[in-house]
Amino acid sequence: MTALQEKPKAVAPSGPPPRRRGKRATALAGTDKLVLALMLGIPTFVHLLFVWIPTLGSVALSFSRWNGIGGFEDIEWIGVGNYVEIFTEYPRFWPAVQHNLIWLLFLLVVPTSAGLLLAVLLDRELRFSRIYQSALYMPMVLSLALVGFIWQLIYTPDGGLLNSVLGLDKPVDWIGDSDINLYAVMVAAAWRHTGYIMLLYLAGLKSVDPALKEAASLDGASASQTFFRVTFPVMKPVNIVVAVVTVIEALRAFDIVYVINKGRNGLELLSVLVTDNIIGEASRIGRGSAVAVILLTISLGVIIPYLYQVFSKENRT
Amino acid sequence: MTATLERPSVPVKKTRPVTPARIALHVFLVLTCLMTLAPLLWAVYASLRTYDDTSVNGYFSIAKSLTFENFAKAWEIGDLPHFYWNTFLITVPALLVTLLLSSMVAFAVSRFSFKFNIALLMLFTAGNLLPQQVIVTPLWRLYRLIELPAWMSESESLIDSPLGVILIHIAFQMGFCTFVLSNYMKTIPYELTEAARVDGASVFRQYWQLTLPLCRPVLAALATLEFTWIYNDFLWALVLIQDGDKMPVTSALQNLKGTFFTDNNLIAAGSLLVALPTLVVFFVLQRQFVGGLTLGSTKG
Repeated sequence: MTALQEKPKAVAPSGPPPRRRGKRATALAGTDKLVLALMLGIPTFVHLLFVWIPTLGSVALSFSRWNGIGGFEDIEWIGVGNYVEIFTEYPRFWPAVQHNLIWLLFLLVVPTSAGLLLAVLLDRELRFSRIYQSALYMPMVLSLALVGFIWQLIYTPDGGLLNSVLGLDKPVDWIGDSDINLYAVMVAAAWRHTGYIMLLYLAGLKSVDPALKEAASLDGASASQTFFRVTFPVMKPVNIVVAVVTVIEALRAFDIVYVINKGRNGLELLSVLVTDNIIGEASRIGRGSAVAVILLTISLGVIIPYLYQVFSKENRT
Repeated sequence: MTATLERPSVPVKKTRPVTPARIALHVFLVLTCLMTLAPLLWAVYASLRTYDDTSVNGYFSIAKSLTFENFAKAWEIGDLPHFYWNTFLITVPALLVTLLLSSMVAFAVSRFSFKFNIALLMLFTAGNLLPQQVIVTPLWRLYRLIELPAWMSESESLIDSPLGVILIHIAFQMGFCTFVLSNYMKTIPYELTEAARVDGASVFRQYWQLTLPLCRPVLAALATLEFTWIYNDFLWALVLIQDGDKMPVTSALQNLKGTFFTDNNLIAAGSLLVALPTLVVFFVLQRQFVGGLTLGSTKG
């Protein structure tokens, strides 16, 4: 256990030397100042204009009633009316929340544990390790929309792979049955997500100081004790990244349900409710924006702790 | 940081004794890999069979004959060359400009100590993590407001124009690239740019001729990743482009589904053709792909 306390000390000297601060900006020539201002200014402007201003726009529009087609003078400000309506009347909202939550829990449990297990198994001298890794990473490069198409060939009731393998008398309509289609789709999404989690954990495991594990086993810890009491806690930064990636992925889930049935009949998600107001028939910008703000609030709940963890290290040096 | 890109290649000459545990491990891994590949292999199998064969014998049967006919048909009926071209026109400029702009920001914040450096990096990183739906509605409306001359966009606004899709990709993807590049640039010794500065090199030369060439491995990794991400985009084009003819190939899949009615063999062939570019990139540049994702997750 002493090894745990030694680690930060051992790491500190090998880190990058603290930068000398101050005076630099003033020593710059005029053109250099201008060049730097442009190098920072143009990208920041683009990013603010297309990402953060629309984000604030969503917040503002969530307090309005508007069809989005007319001019801004048609906007009617109605306070928290949209939120009240969403929480009390909008029939698709609570199912969507529930589906997103199930989606999140499923991703947090299934691909995370599968990815961690595979990473642990592959993190050793092993023949064919690269081939195994390639196979397991492959689904990651496919778009979720494509994943939806490919898995429909498995789930389709007429001659799909799954029904044929199960050999049931009455074929199950995996995608049409609103009681089970969410789970069927989540399995497909998890199929793609597992490789990514495995990749993150493999990198995490490689970065764990082997001396730690050695010390633990010298102290008489079993392999599983070493893993759960030493390796896993040391990988805290990776665990945080995995958590952030998974939550964001669960909130973004859209393509796959959209290509399958446009996010209806048991596949409602918050992202679908937002998009329906632009390309669907609903066209209620205010209500859609309020759902977007709810998505924003949840995602900031993980983004802010993540930023804190990543950048607090930086403040200290 | 660099350690994650290089693999420690320890030559192991001794052959390990074959233990039952090792065999069990390999069996488990082979089975897992096969299960992972099964959906793709199933799609390949379905795509190689004829409609007549599968409609009579079902999909779960031994093929009578294998043919590439479905690929030719999907290529033609789906008008795939046209949609690949649309994707190309969006992906390449978006990719290049994203790398250019984010490397500029990364250079500035990693080489100069401004007070706002960390705040700026946080802004970019947070922006990249937002769910797209948070910004899509006002963006859609904003795009209708921005008027453009006809030579820039046929629709005379950013909506329904490849330029609009390119811009949101740049703005959105910049967050991730800036984060990764600035982390990498911080590992480049400060003395290097310092020396160049003393020798009278301008800020731009320090960036373009000194820092960027040193960043080649990360730029390659990011280019690989960003190519797949932009290629795979579905939502932006779906919302921001209304004319089905201008859709990139991933979003156009939706149209193909209608075109191919219920011929699953054709859908399989079409899906595989659409997946092909990313699969090729993955096989050829796997190390860059994996390296890029690893760089994005670990720090320091």
